[in-house]
Amino acid sequence: MMFGVIGALALILTGCAPGSNTSSNNSSAPTAKPNASFSQAQFDLENSQRTATFVGDPSTPYLQYLAGAMVKPAGFARTTPGKVCFSNAALSNTWRQTGWITMNQQLAVLKSQGVISQLEARNAQDSDNTQVADIDYFIKENNCDAYIIAPNSPQATAPAVQRACATGKPVIIFDRGAGTDCQTSFVHSVGGMAWGIDSASFIADNVKKGGKVIALRTAPGVDVFEQRWAAAQHIFDQAGLTVTDYLTGADPAKIKSTITDEIAKGDIAAVWVDLGDQAVPAIEAFEDAGKKIPIVTGEDNLAYLRAWKDKGFTGFAPVYSAYQWRTALLAVADLFQGKEIPKNWVLPQVPVKAAELTAVLTKNAGMPDGQYARFGGEDLPGFPKVWQDRVIP
Amino acid sequence: MTAATSRYEAGRLPVARRTVRALATPGGAIYILLGVLLVLLFLYNPSLGESGQFMRFIGRTAPIAIVALGQYFVIVSGELDLSMGAVISAQVVLAGNLIGQHADRVLPVMVLMLVVGIVIGLLNGVLTTLFRVPSFIATLGTTLIVSGVTFYSTGGAPSGNPVDSFRAIGRAGIENVPLLGFVPYSVIILVVLVGVAIWLMRRPFGRLLLSVGDNQAATALTGASVWWLRTRGFILSSIASTIAAVILVGYAGVSPVVGQGYEFIAITAVVLGGVVLGGGRGWVLSAIAAAFALEVLFSLLDFVGVQSTWRPAVQGVIIVVALGAPLLRWHRGRRHSETTVAPSPSPGESVED
Amino acid sequence: MSSIGPSLRARLSSTTAMVYGVLVVVIIVSVIIGATLGRNFFSQGNLTVLLTSTTVLGFVTIGQTLVILLGSLDLSVPFTVSISSVLAAGVMAGQPGNLLPGIITALAATTVIGLVNGLLVGLVKINGFIATLGVGLIVSGYLFTNYQGSTGKASPQLASLGDLTVGFVPVMTIVMALFFLAVVFFLTRTRTGMHTYAVGGDPAVARMSGVHNAVPIIVAHSLSGLFAGLAGLVIVARLGVGSPGVGTQGGYDLLSIAAVVLGGAVLAGGRGSLWGSLGGILIFACIDSVMGIMQLNPYLKDVVRGLVIIVAVAIYARRSVPVRISRFPASTVGSAASVKERDL
Repeated sequence: MMFGVIGALALILTGCAPGSNTSSNNSSAPTAKPNASFSQAQFDLENSQRTATFVGDPSTPYLQYLAGAMVKPAGFARTTPGKVCFSNAALSNTWRQTGWITMNQQLAVLKSQGVISQLEARNAQDSDNTQVADIDYFIKENNCDAYIIAPNSPQATAPAVQRACATGKPVIIFDRGAGTDCQTSFVHSVGGMAWGIDSASFIADNVKKGGKVIALRTAPGVDVFEQRWAAAQHIFDQAGLTVTDYLTGADPAKIKSTITDEIAKGDIAAVWVDLGDQAVPAIEAFEDAGKKIPIVTGEDNLAYLRAWKDKGFTGFAPVYSAYQWRTALLAVADLFQGKEIPKNWVLPQVPVKAAELTAVLTKNAGMPDGQYARFGGEDLPGFPKVWQDRVIP
Repeated sequence: MTAATSRYEAGRLPVARRTVRALATPGGAIYILLGVLLVLLFLYNPSLGESGQFMRFIGRTAPIAIVALGQYFVIVSGELDLSMGAVISAQVVLAGNLIGQHADRVLPVMVLMLVVGIVIGLLNGVLTTLFRVPSFIATLGTTLIVSGVTFYSTGGAPSGNPVDSFRAIGRAGIENVPLLGFVPYSVIILVVLVGVAIWLMRRPFGRLLLSVGDNQAATALTGASVWWLRTRGFILSSIASTIAAVILVGYAGVSPVVGQGYEFIAITAVVLGGVVLGGGRGWVLSAIAAAFALEVLFSLLDFVGVQSTWRPAVQGVIIVVALGAPLLRWHRGRRHSETTVAPSPSPGESVED
Repeated sequence: MSSIGPSLRARLSSTTAMVYGVLVVVIIVSVIIGATLGRNFFSQGNLTVLLTSTTVLGFVTIGQTLVILLGSLDLSVPFTVSISSVLAAGVMAGQPGNLLPGIITALAATTVIGLVNGLLVGLVKINGFIATLGVGLIVSGYLFTNYQGSTGKASPQLASLGDLTVGFVPVMTIVMALFFLAVVFFLTRTRTGMHTYAVGGDPAVARMSGVHNAVPIIVAHSLSGLFAGLAGLVIVARLGVGSPGVGTQGGYDLLSIAAVVLGGAVLAGGRGSLWGSLGGILIFACIDSVMGIMQLNPYLKDVVRGLVIIVAVAIYARRSVPVRISRFPASTVGSAASVKERDL
């Protein structure tokens, strides 16, 4: 019996060992199939957009956009306040919670201006199937004057989004795309690939060819994370870096153990994460092992920014602008008020670099670790208390 | 009952034969599995032999081992505790938000955490025993309630890590120990808890807990309070989750996802350690050994470099094979002895059916 | 066997009656809350959405009920649902001609996964909890290695079925109801079906009565795989694509188990019914529907779900005969019951 167990174990381990050695030598690309989430066209597009010049005042980044086709408000303009129905993918991470709080403060302003009467929201709790049901409920029951949809997965919600479009009311998509182009406008920060390009390029610029990079990925099969990873993987491959990726499930204990093991295997030149706060346990793993902290990239999440400032390593924080939550609402308000909006409303997404770290942190003093620095709601009522107390409506 | 009698029989045999016999049970085979995994880990990661490194490694396995220990008390009495992950998350968030940067709050908050742990355990126990809600459902329900309340009250975002003096429990240790080098506090906590657990299982409480899992009716006839025995099992489980949470806050920091899925790892570990789901049989040390073996396996996967997306599959194969292989042989052996020795159907088999 | 038949049936039906009692209470509360918010709970739109959202969970729960009746569990269902969706959508690739090959590939694969579960539980005798957890992990490894996100495309016929309704009843729900009735027939009218109750109730007695205990276990697990596969097909019909994460997103493992227990089944096996499980699903669906109307904070939704599960099951437990079918040989069951009754 014991031989059965041991035999099977040996088989598994030896079976895995050779393949995995080659895979970790050269990232997972050569042995595995090319990343299906990678699209060169999308990569090139987001690569150019992330450094493009945006229309509008940089002090109100949530109103900026890239020049392009505009949508005429014909038929959407109203004289009375309108009811907005919002199908939300989830509130399951701090980025979404930050955005949702900001959106509600924006809503308060628009209500007092008499533009929007009510925002009815449904939360799909990360499930495509639930979100489709939510959208169908809105269409059948609610007499919505406009729809805002933050899709869980672009392709999977496409049929429901098309049904919403068929009602003839304005449909605003934001965050992840909708896998269809029937919507009135798609509001989004430049994109997941740009996020990956920003952070991975920083590592590629600062690590010598062949240097060892550890990539910590939150979860497989989730569109946003796959986009970030696909772009980063492409950059790392081009730069000839040795990349090993891990799926962490965002569990800080697992991240710390993984990094500790990798430190034992050899010097690490950089750690790349696809979600900001995951960088913190990785940083602590180096501290506890008595090693110098290498380059660790994160996000504009305050947990990471504070660790970066306190410990003084080489850091970089890509941003996926959380203010797009309020922009989506403002887009509806513009249509109700008879103003034009961009058909493809691309918002700027400006990374936090070392030079402005201190300034960004000072601006966000007193906020909890889960807050996102570039949340873009400083001019809204309730600032800063509402974000500090984190009352989720 | 079968296990108990065979253990007494074995007591009369020479040590060598007793050991061989013990290793041939599922609860014994885990030590062989652990040994093999450890040898492989040392081969792949020779730096583990350096001063203090192995102790650090044991330190990071402590939370899982402690959670498995807690789950053991529940499983052996015939129940399951699915709320451990939620309890860990809640306690971690509680520690982060209430202690904050105030070192003077460490003690009161730890007392509060302990009380919260005991209350949740008591709730699980009372629901399962007095209200007769199956433990799977009762603890699933408390999971939803505990995590819902935690997230609701914090708006999903813990305010930040607690003060370093509190985190030291899970992050620091004693330096310059002769022979061992560095000994993390978590290792000391683990050793103490394992000692307490072994002691508890030798006390009347432990023996009655086992017998409740094996035969509730017979245990009730001895005058023991069945509901209070099981409820104490649940309380021990929640306390274990609370202690694991204290170590995890130190080791990894505050995060609402910390502890997620630990209940499944703990159950896997306990079962891998030869403890029978349904109760009545199993050694507490084997459960700990299995938890340790799982952590060694996870680390080994880091070193072998299995492609990230395939790792769950490798874990799955090992769980199924490690559990299946001994059972196949064990059943054959038992079936044989059944026909010659015991005419009645063995309880061991009916459990799995 | 025949002597315990009537009492068993009486006990079952009384629990099932309680399940529907709870359902009625939930519906009344939902209607009142809906009305205070100016909504009609029984409007066609709401009913359509309610039925649609129960369909996927319904398919999974049919399989889960069979497995639980045997005293086992199926924790691999989320991954089985996902693999069905990616295989079906992948093979169909939006081509009308690929409808059948897509369906067959998906269902064959998921039935084989169920079969493997069944062999591990029935023949190797690994505990169902652990065996299906392990198999689920293996399938998830395959899924996420080979699929990074939404994949494939439903064939047009399947996609058009996704949001087709007859009156306010979605076609997919009608399909689910037909399968449901077929399985009710299987459980009550076929030899293997009846053996399911016998083996779940008391394996030792079943074995001594000449039942090959492994057979119903293997059949039930295979069917659980098949029904998870059907659930995956419904998802493809609704979403138009397959996705490796769609099963895990739905949390179908714990939800389906909770629905079965909410339907009055006993996790140790031998007691429960499909009608009860159906009631369990509807209770969940109504609660979710009304919480959606109330725009309840998502975290508080979990608290409500947890409370409802516990309270409902506690109500059943107080009313029903306090026998816990456990692993004792038949000779001790009687005494265990009487002792417990005296105890309380």
